[in-house]
Amino acid sequence: MSGSAARTPLYATHLDASARMVEFSGWSMPLQYSSIVKEHNAVRTAGGVFDASHMGEVELRGPAAIDACEQLFTSELRKLRVGRAKYGLMCEPSGGVMDDVIVYRIEEQRYMVCLNAGNVETDLAWINEHAGSRCEVEDRSADTALIALQGPAAATVLGELVDGAANLSRFACREIILEGETALLARTGYTGEDGFELFLPSARAEGVWNAIADAGRPLGVIPAGLGARDTLRLEAGLPLYGHELALDISPLEAGLGRFVRDDIKTAIGGETLAAERERGPARLLLGLLPDGAIARQGHEVLAGDKVVGRVTSGTHSPSLGRPVAMALVDAESATVGLSVDVRGRIKPADVTALPFYVRQR
Amino acid sequence: MEFPDDVYYTTEHEWLRLEDDGLVVVGITDYAQEQLGDIVFIQLPDLSDVVLSKDEQLAEIESVKTVSEVYSPISGKVVKVNNDLADGPEVLNEDPYGYGWLVHMEPSDDDPTAGLMSADEYRDLVSEGG
Repeated sequence: MSGSAARTPLYATHLDASARMVEFSGWSMPLQYSSIVKEHNAVRTAGGVFDASHMGEVELRGPAAIDACEQLFTSELRKLRVGRAKYGLMCEPSGGVMDDVIVYRIEEQRYMVCLNAGNVETDLAWINEHAGSRCEVEDRSADTALIALQGPAAATVLGELVDGAANLSRFACREIILEGETALLARTGYTGEDGFELFLPSARAEGVWNAIADAGRPLGVIPAGLGARDTLRLEAGLPLYGHELALDISPLEAGLGRFVRDDIKTAIGGETLAAERERGPARLLLGLLPDGAIARQGHEVLAGDKVVGRVTSGTHSPSLGRPVAMALVDAESATVGLSVDVRGRIKPADVTALPFYVRQR
Repeated sequence: MEFPDDVYYTTEHEWLRLEDDGLVVVGITDYAQEQLGDIVFIQLPDLSDVVLSKDEQLAEIESVKTVSEVYSPISGKVVKVNNDLADGPEVLNEDPYGYGWLVHMEPSDDDPTAGLMSADEYRDLVSEGG
């Protein structure tokens, strides 16, 4: 492992827990503590606590912050109420995706945007370029930790630590006082389960992590690493930047049209996206069920012997007990009779609706 | 981590056990299974094409996170493959030196374990970081 990888405030905590550390987007992060499958199943049945402190956070403040957000991001943000959060895409003029983000409206004129770790630098430069003259832009990444508690037991566990946490509705957010400091609690996540994300000052991360772990342990909540985070989000059909989203993939191709608002022309990339919506995207993101092998990113999707697309992500789905994959495939291609080239072995792959997994409510 | 004394080890994290009938059992070590994580697929040689040279691909082991090739530690003929692994690949995580064996081979060399490591030597290799 490279010695130059950045460390989250929970680095020592992960080492104490014997986590296997890997480098991800320039950060040294826990891949797994025990087993990806075990951690995955814990999140589906009880709960898992994740360190996501590698993610970036930037605040946009001031009367024009909403105008800046609507220019930068594709979703319908003007109607977003204080104390609510919304997913969206940040696009280039070409319509290609620079990042996928969640925008939290914390106060009337104060928005926080959560960014992917690998994109923070380019995102910040872009946001400053387009919003810096109109509103206050502050990078909060360095002093902000992010702990996610996900799973059916999440509300019970967090309710013990934060008054009223269980009453927070999905995609709601609220500032709370935790160990004497202000933190942002949100009912959001990246696993397909109920759960919370807690943005807090780095100095409080270890204490809060331990408090959540202690409160959750009797209910079966365990620490979960990036490995489980990936299998969980894949089952839930959630895109990962660098896989389902990239500069050469549009949000419409990635199946995220519902996060591209009606008056999209007022956003950067909006003209392109409006035209693309008019004629229909050239490629579609499909769910695949490859037979007897794991198709991974880059593997070719075939219709007969013709290459019609590529796998963007694939894994073994612990919940389904079989391989699953997402793939970007030519829109005019057939959706029956597809197969995947897994290192020279051609494996049939049924097309299925995304997501692969929907939680029981 | 387990390092049983009754097998020989390779630098590629495979083990070999000499059987009384002259056959050699081949598998991957406890260290190897731990590095791979949850194993979900094991591709073993087709028994119709069974003569392998040393370092030829013997198997492909796929975990949730990654895929890894296993190269034949010896030259010889594969005479038996562990078909139980198709239905229960997790056995390789649970019992790498026992029920998680991969193949039985008939070695073409007189001394198939020449140059391989003892348990102590392999333990040293792994503790240095593999």
